[in-house]
Amino acid sequence: MTTLLFFLPFLLLFVVLAVWAERKVSALIQDRLGPMEVGHWGLLQTVADLLKLLQKEDIVPAAADRKMFLVAPVIIFVAVFAGYAVLPLTNGWAGSATAVGVFYLISIISLDVIGILMAGWGSNSKYSLYGALRSVAQIISYEVPLGLTILCTVMLAGSLNLQEISFQQGIWVNDVVGAEAERLWLFGLPALGVELTEVGGFLTWNVVRMPLFFFVWLIFFIASLAECNRAPFDLPEAESEIVGGYHTEYSGFRWSLVFLAEYSMMLLVSFLGVILFWGSWNTPLPNVGPLRLAEWTSGAPGTVAGHLWSGFWLISKAFLMILLQMWIRWTYPRLRVDQLMSLCWKYLTPAAIILLLLTGVWRLIGIG
Amino acid sequence: MVLFLFYAFAALTLASALVILFTRNLLYAAFSLIFCFLGVAAIYVLSGADFIGVTQIVVYVGGVLILLIFGVMLTNRISTSPVITDLHNQFWGYLLPAGLLVLLIGTLGQLALPDWAMRAQENATLVQASTVEPLGVHLMTQYVLAFELAGILLLLALVGAATLAKPAAPESIAVTSTGINTQNPAQP
Repeated sequence: MTTLLFFLPFLLLFVVLAVWAERKVSALIQDRLGPMEVGHWGLLQTVADLLKLLQKEDIVPAAADRKMFLVAPVIIFVAVFAGYAVLPLTNGWAGSATAVGVFYLISIISLDVIGILMAGWGSNSKYSLYGALRSVAQIISYEVPLGLTILCTVMLAGSLNLQEISFQQGIWVNDVVGAEAERLWLFGLPALGVELTEVGGFLTWNVVRMPLFFFVWLIFFIASLAECNRAPFDLPEAESEIVGGYHTEYSGFRWSLVFLAEYSMMLLVSFLGVILFWGSWNTPLPNVGPLRLAEWTSGAPGTVAGHLWSGFWLISKAFLMILLQMWIRWTYPRLRVDQLMSLCWKYLTPAAIILLLLTGVWRLIGIG
Repeated sequence: MVLFLFYAFAALTLASALVILFTRNLLYAAFSLIFCFLGVAAIYVLSGADFIGVTQIVVYVGGVLILLIFGVMLTNRISTSPVITDLHNQFWGYLLPAGLLVLLIGTLGQLALPDWAMRAQENATLVQASTVEPLGVHLMTQYVLAFELAGILLLLALVGAATLAKPAAPESIAVTSTGINTQNPAQP
């Protein structure tokens, strides 16, 4: 549980940097310079913005439902932050050791829908209500393919505990306390006869252990974009249609709390994607004969080197995912509501169900 | 510590249940129902049933309640004042719960607790282990029929919902701009 003590300050720092990075990435894509004035390369721009935000008056519209309006941003942020409780951080520093792990994560982040509904209804504004309705319809729909893709990885791992899923994807697989000795095979198939227990690297990541997992991850990634209300699924806050969506009426500190929750959600799904598909905190470099690349770039669980290397790999992989999210945001146009729904129900969900079946077959072959 | 948490969550559950009873604002009632369900989920977790607790959140809070609130919001005009419920059947409304209360208090002292409930303190270590694996194994072996039946029931509900939501009038879309009946080629 102590990982939360790390994640809270880390999140604040991350949001400040991510907002700056977002503006720089969008500037790069649109051939502009982006913020340049405050600090070197405009690095302190978000800090200046934040100072301004915190000094602003906390305005509650006269016609708003005061209680709901004030509570909503807190609920949104708490729901997202509670999801961090089960994330492992390094190979010696896991989150909550509960056996329901990722199932808890999925259930608790679905609570942020309630905060969004409260914000939309409590603001007593057309734009907010439309934003909230769109957001909730979208999040509930995309939870279906998201849940199915997570189920694929859980089925392969045979565990809901994210730290256990992490251990299965690298050379430290037999360092889990209390687990029986396990051997890793190429593509998860012992029949091929290529043992990778001592090799590790990207070859033992889930996305290679089951080759179809790349497509599963694609579905996961698309659905997670929709869960974060990110472009191209940013209908709930479409600036050109409904001003700011469910947070139209917010200002100052409460608005920044909503913003913080949104970026925390981005980071949370990035972490989750990395842990489930891209090897968690394991190094991407395999041991090749005498070149012990995997061992040189990762430390044994519990040692200082282990903490530093695995933390480094996990966080840098998650940041790559964030970069991918930003890239997509500034590349693709926004979907229409009907396109959004048909993409979810007619394409992603059936594809996820078929992949779930194939994963089950793969798992059976791998055991037998 | 656990005992304190248990009473805290029990108090939360009771308090939000009382809010549901006494508020007349429909949306406040719906939102406090969330805290009621969350409190119940926490009590499940404290009782060692972590999987049931999380399932409670997924099904009731994440699914049922959000759809309920969604429905309330969709059926009401946006600019109206809060949705206020009326009081009906006050006589029976007070009489029945009062009778039930008398009955419950009367039987409270004579409860015959089952054997395992009396030994709950000694067997506390039994529930320390996770319930996920035994639940999965039992659902797939001993209770597989009930499990599959529940699955079929849910599938039926899904098909029914899709049928209800389907655009119902083939006449209106039968004649397209090209004059070809794309929906129902068999019909004239």
